[in-house]
Amino acid sequence: MLTSSAVIPPPASLVPLAVHLRAARLVYAGLTLFDRLDLELIGGSFTCLLGPSGIGKSSLLRLLAGLTPPGISGELHGGDGLPLTGRVACMAQQDLLLPWLNVLDNVTLGSRLRGERTDRQRALELLVRVGLADCALARPDTLSGGMRQRAALARTLMEDRPVVLMDEPFSGLDALTRLRLQALAVELLAGRTVLLITHDPLEALRLGEHILVMNGRPATLQALPDLPGAPPRDPGDPAVQAAYRAILRRLEVVA
Amino acid sequence: MRGLLTLAGLLLVWQAAILFGDLPPYLLPSPLAVALSLWRNAGALLGHTVVTALEIALGMLLGTLLGGVTALVLGYSRRARRWLLPMLIASQAIPVFAIAPLLVLWLGYGLGSKIAMAMLIIYFPVTANFYDGLRHTPQGWLDLARVMAPADRRWAVLRHIAIPAALPALASGLRVAAAVAPIGAVLGEWVGASAGLGYLMLHANSRMQIDLMFAALGVLAALAVGLYFAVDAGLKKLLPWHSAHPETTAAD
Repeated sequence: MLTSSAVIPPPASLVPLAVHLRAARLVYAGLTLFDRLDLELIGGSFTCLLGPSGIGKSSLLRLLAGLTPPGISGELHGGDGLPLTGRVACMAQQDLLLPWLNVLDNVTLGSRLRGERTDRQRALELLVRVGLADCALARPDTLSGGMRQRAALARTLMEDRPVVLMDEPFSGLDALTRLRLQALAVELLAGRTVLLITHDPLEALRLGEHILVMNGRPATLQALPDLPGAPPRDPGDPAVQAAYRAILRRLEVVA
Repeated sequence: MRGLLTLAGLLLVWQAAILFGDLPPYLLPSPLAVALSLWRNAGALLGHTVVTALEIALGMLLGTLLGGVTALVLGYSRRARRWLLPMLIASQAIPVFAIAPLLVLWLGYGLGSKIAMAMLIIYFPVTANFYDGLRHTPQGWLDLARVMAPADRRWAVLRHIAIPAALPALASGLRVAAAVAPIGAVLGEWVGASAGLGYLMLHANSRMQIDLMFAALGVLAALAVGLYFAVDAGLKKLLPWHSAHPETTAAD
């Protein structure tokens, strides 16, 4: 059996990849959610996108993921000028684990869908990293919500893509589990270009190297000043608290 | 257990009706007479039961295969949907019973026509349920697959996600199939046969052996109920992730 001290060699594919989105436009039911929206993600950085529900955050994420919903358009490419297709991994609020597969088979789903050889060794190592070494053969419905989301994180890492898009991945969890998983995500996603959507300002302040606020209609993006210190930040940190108050003021003005 | 008690109660009511209702035995034999007939004709009943059971089993097997393949083709190919689906739905307006004489004419008095009847009668519930399941794969899983694999990996997505996700729906179809397949087999036997419980019932009826007719009916009912529960239990065992936590499939 593997121990938690197992060393994972850094994946070779991990060259930081920036993301450029220009002139994104989303019209939904006759309503322009955003228009001429530009988004730049710095390669290898952790960015949080903060905004109220219904503002179009998830649609923006789907655009980046290549799941273009009807009524959305925009010019999207990586920092090397090539399309992002096949270089993005996603993690959603629902764990989306397949209930008929055990955890290990869920983690290796991507390779089977692509018809590639499955690297079970690496999957097991990732399960050790997320603390699920003993649950590799368990069915998802026997796991708690936090464990299921850990499995989803392992599946996301297994994809080994330079860009990781996360849509409120921790919002369904209880507070303590959330704090632990946030720290784990920051640790394991280091070196990748991450965009995490959240409506929780504190989560954005805890995790984001850069924080973008999305609001208004049509929605616009504004960058908040970067906070000192490396994520995951302590929610009790005075700088975090001050920034939290500032964000609340800003959101209230718009609402 | 409760079911058995209810059954015993009904048998008592039946016996009481015979005792106090003064019904002639050629209309309603007593449960005792039926039990006696069951005992005396056990050998013959067993032979006919084997025939009917075989018809039902083979009809179930072929109907499930055919229905499953149809649903997969419909789920995979848009062209098949456009061409086949309207016809499939319209064909349901034709009562299967009405074509039973044709089947006997074409396939003869033997097993073939009964298997075809059972197959036809379960074909639609199996196809419709499975196809419905294939169409309603939770969007979240499809999105995940879309991000993981290129668009030309449709078959892999079907195989690894859509088909397993549709198995509970197929299971519903199979439960319906288990309930109606005996109807198909017996109907086929009524139209023209030389063996089987349905044939035995008609045969006994025409000779006023009403007790034997009831005995055959009892065996048929037991066979049908047994089939349903066997299929139900088998499906629950095969899909533990569904029966244990039905809400997990609703995640999207």
